[in-house]
Amino acid sequence: MLIRIKRLGEMPSSEITDHQVYLNRRQFLNGVAIAATATVLPGSLASAATDPVPTFNNLTKSPFSTSETPTPFESVTSYNNFYEFGTDKSSPALLATEFPDKTKPWRVTIDGECDNPGDYDYDDLIRPFTLEERIYNFRCVEGWSMVIPWVGFPLADLIKRAQPNSRAKFVEFTTLYDPEQMPGQRRGVLDWPYTEGLRMDEAMNPLTILSVGVYGQELPGQNGAPIRLVVPWKYGFKSIKSIVRIRFVEQLPATAWVKAGPREYGFYSNVNPNVDHPRWSQSRERRIGDFLKRETEMFNGYSEHVAHMYTNMDLKKNF
Amino acid sequence: MKVKQLKVVVFITSFVPIFLLIGGLLTNQLGANPIETLTRETGLWALRFLLLTLTVTPLKWLTGWNVLVTIRRMLGLYVFFYALLHMLLYLWLDQFFDVDEILKDIIKRPFITIGFFTFTALIPLVVTSNNAMVKRLGGKRWKKLHQLTYLIAIASSIHFYMLVKQDKTEPLLYAGLLALLLGMRLYQWYLKSASMVSPRNSFSRL
Repeated sequence: MLIRIKRLGEMPSSEITDHQVYLNRRQFLNGVAIAATATVLPGSLASAATDPVPTFNNLTKSPFSTSETPTPFESVTSYNNFYEFGTDKSSPALLATEFPDKTKPWRVTIDGECDNPGDYDYDDLIRPFTLEERIYNFRCVEGWSMVIPWVGFPLADLIKRAQPNSRAKFVEFTTLYDPEQMPGQRRGVLDWPYTEGLRMDEAMNPLTILSVGVYGQELPGQNGAPIRLVVPWKYGFKSIKSIVRIRFVEQLPATAWVKAGPREYGFYSNVNPNVDHPRWSQSRERRIGDFLKRETEMFNGYSEHVAHMYTNMDLKKNF
Repeated sequence: MKVKQLKVVVFITSFVPIFLLIGGLLTNQLGANPIETLTRETGLWALRFLLLTLTVTPLKWLTGWNVLVTIRRMLGLYVFFYALLHMLLYLWLDQFFDVDEILKDIIKRPFITIGFFTFTALIPLVVTSNNAMVKRLGGKRWKKLHQLTYLIAIASSIHFYMLVKQDKTEPLLYAGLLALLLGMRLYQWYLKSASMVSPRNSFSRL
């Protein structure tokens, strides 16, 4: 007898809203919102442009969200390290306004040591997953931090569908390589394309998400559209943007910043106030919008969810 | 009269960067991390004024405008002005005047060590910048002391180079300008010594 076992994260296809319908609905709602603003407040279009209009609705709230006040949308979307669009923090917001090119399909390849590899169109990739709001602390290796309301789903859900085999010890992520769309890639500041990696248990941790939005909106180009990783207990550069490939591998993957400076950046890069970057202290951070610095917390405050993964590791060596 | 006008123009122009920064701060134009912007910009302006100070003499050689020398001291004092702001922003907003933390930082992190040294080295130059001190020290000794500027300029360029995370283009640009300005001096010095003693001797002196 053939028994169909329902995989985790699967739901009957009858319950899935067609993504095109979903998109149309969002476009409609956006149109209504803009029209409403324009009629009621003709003089304040400038503020309408900066206020986030939610495009994802009915997002599931998450128990992993922090209760801290999110950093203003304006700061989250104007102060970005995204070297594919220049090394200035203000340049991604200026240069990524049209990114990604809507006329080109965004494909994501899932391959390597897994039984269910695939090459997906962005819409097909995210269709099976329930989107949640995750308000996370975000700590940059440079010593500043934000509180960001992401929209996304657990990476674990996607991994379960890909069915990694027993040789899959790490997950490697790759950013798009397209110097035409990403002017920063025309200069060899980093070894393009940007790559990142997680150990399998880190990738499966419920805190780790793939994000497709911020503030209830689709990700702006400068924040890593259309899909990026968010690993809140690690320094920001681990949260790779604009992903085109997710690969299961046996060996520890070479990652962009480790290649750029192996003495300064480690594979793990867990937020750790006790292990300084060779050129600056990591004991404190400036929360964007704050005047003075605050103490940095171990694992960025997520110890209870992640500390168990590192119990037998010397975190000074494995920085 | 001409000299005085030049001095007034330079005096006012040199305040423009700080006015723009304060204006930007008050109108919320300095980005999401205004403190970082202020710290970076005051440091950069200190370096820019330092390079301007070092441009005076070569420019005088090239143009013969001796009047330029009269603004050099003012430019030098602006180096200190912007460096002082840069330093205070670090001590106050980065470290909140926590002496322990500051000392640890100076010992542990080479770029802070160099930055701190650079700032400290500016102090004797500021103190001896007035005419009375030039007289008291005597021209030769005063000149010798103020050659410390070269070391300060080299150290600030290293400080800038070391603190930049990955893209070293900007610090290399400033370092290149400094190399040019110092290179012109070396060349001039070579020409001078070559004309005073025999070529063979001057070569060995290099």
